[in-house]
Amino acid sequence: MAIDQATVRKIASLARIAISDAEAAAMEGELNGILGWVEQLGEVDVTGVEPMTAVIPNSLRLRDDVIDADPLTGGNRRDDVLANAPAAQHGFFGVPKVIE
Amino acid sequence: MTDLTNLTVAAIRDGHRAGDFSAVEVAEAFNANVAGAKALNAFIVETPEHALAAAKQADADRSAGTLKPLSGVPIGMKDLFATNGVQTTAASHMLEGFVPRYESTVSQKLWDAGCGMLGKLNLDQFAMGSSNETSYFGNVISPWKRNDGGNAALAPGGSSGGSSSAIAARLCPAATGTDTGGSIRQPAAFVGISGIKPTYGRCSRWGIVAFASSLDQAGPMARDVRDCAIMLENMAGFDPKDATSLNMAVPNWEAALSSDLKGKRVGIPKEYRLEGIDPEIDAMWDAGIAMLKDAGAEVVEISLPHTKYALPTYYIIAPAEASSNLARYDGVRYGLRDLPDGAGLQDMYAATRADGFGPEVKRRIMIGTYVLSAGFYDAYYTQAQKVRTLIARDFEAAFGVCDVILAPTAPSAAFGLGEKMADPLAMYLNDVFAVPASLAGLPAMSVPAALNREGLPLGLQIIGKAFDEQGVLNAGLAIEERAGFNARAEKWW
Repeated sequence: MAIDQATVRKIASLARIAISDAEAAAMEGELNGILGWVEQLGEVDVTGVEPMTAVIPNSLRLRDDVIDADPLTGGNRRDDVLANAPAAQHGFFGVPKVIE
Repeated sequence: MTDLTNLTVAAIRDGHRAGDFSAVEVAEAFNANVAGAKALNAFIVETPEHALAAAKQADADRSAGTLKPLSGVPIGMKDLFATNGVQTTAASHMLEGFVPRYESTVSQKLWDAGCGMLGKLNLDQFAMGSSNETSYFGNVISPWKRNDGGNAALAPGGSSGGSSSAIAARLCPAATGTDTGGSIRQPAAFVGISGIKPTYGRCSRWGIVAFASSLDQAGPMARDVRDCAIMLENMAGFDPKDATSLNMAVPNWEAALSSDLKGKRVGIPKEYRLEGIDPEIDAMWDAGIAMLKDAGAEVVEISLPHTKYALPTYYIIAPAEASSNLARYDGVRYGLRDLPDGAGLQDMYAATRADGFGPEVKRRIMIGTYVLSAGFYDAYYTQAQKVRTLIARDFEAAFGVCDVILAPTAPSAAFGLGEKMADPLAMYLNDVFAVPASLAGLPAMSVPAALNREGLPLGLQIIGKAFDEQGVLNAGLAIEERAGFNARAEKWW
């Protein structure tokens, strides 16, 4: 199913990517080319086939129930976590006002 | 004196151990080559001081009798691995200036093994590309040129194009790569080196910038099969910080290398004989079959019936996972923030992501967002996951009658920069032979096999059963010994 420019703008909005009208126009052709090509998957008979969820059989583990067992991924790393933030303030991530 | 930069990982390790040269001499020689190769644009950041510090430690360890497995070996690190205190960008504007406060598991293992870092290697942006033309930091140039007297700049392959170019140009003896749909194997083939993607889960993904998590797998790239085995031993291993890490012992792949393939069966997938493919690719494949027969293997024809659906499956699953993974780049916690005057939070997200992502990354996020969106999820994403099951089953059935599979790595030799950028689909098709093994999570490697009539390298691919990296390496070694590939790019940079 072909997508139009309104759909392109809708996808961009869902993906939180600002696009200009010219970009939407260019992307309409590109995305239709790719989506038209992947649609051939529809011809495969998948009756009774389970969707793959894990490529190599593996069971999820539980970690030990210990606080900060791994110092790399444990707590008390606020300054490290904020070190690359574009606008850290008072020990928090800073964002523009969200109250309308 | 021998040119130290022409030595393999094994030769550097053994020569250093034997006292033939110091690790500092090795590091200085490679640092000089890196500094003199700006024209290739293989590195985003050079770290000569890291390589030298590790070398000094290696020399001290040698005196103290406390050598480590890779003492004295400097390597290149793909700039997709988080390195503590060293800028890590995934070749994106989004992460320009991002300096991790932690080290990826794989890179940490290599430093613990004694390696030093020559620098962070360029790549396709967020590892999305097959030619290294999507990097925010400019194209990587292959050291190879066609023998037609022209001077066309060639693609080093992608996404690990900095890694492949740097190794082929003797800027580093080995490097890390990552492979989501061929990103180790195809660039290795394009520049005449070796590279292996191990079984999914062998190498920890912790600290690797995520692209498509069910496919992403790290692996080494180097000049020969032995070096790949050595590097992989020091990169692989269980990591509790990666939920999909394999809790299995790491075999001693180097010690068990053997090119004697008696009793082994090699499968030749008939669906990989593509209509209209360059006859030189098929001729190289036939020569590879003869080499493996000569090594004692029995050759059997196999069928992988869903091969033609692998690429479209990949181009649903990988973008879907990418759109989810890359949602984290929001201008709040790290990386770029673009805050237009008077903008609110939503406008900041959209402006940041418009500015921080390149065209190919946006294209894939958009595709992924669409195939995961309400109303289309089942038709695209669930269908692709089902076909992925069928592709994995094809391999399972094939491995009932063979031990390894031999195929070309790529359908062409290196193409010129710019030749495929106008058409995203044409670029995607370059991964036609590489993607199926990725979808099935299987170990696969590329080894250089021949030069084509343009004087450019061609690679053969060996695909193995899950966990059987040894079988893959051994078949690769059998080809390496018989192909006798020792061509290298003439220095122009």
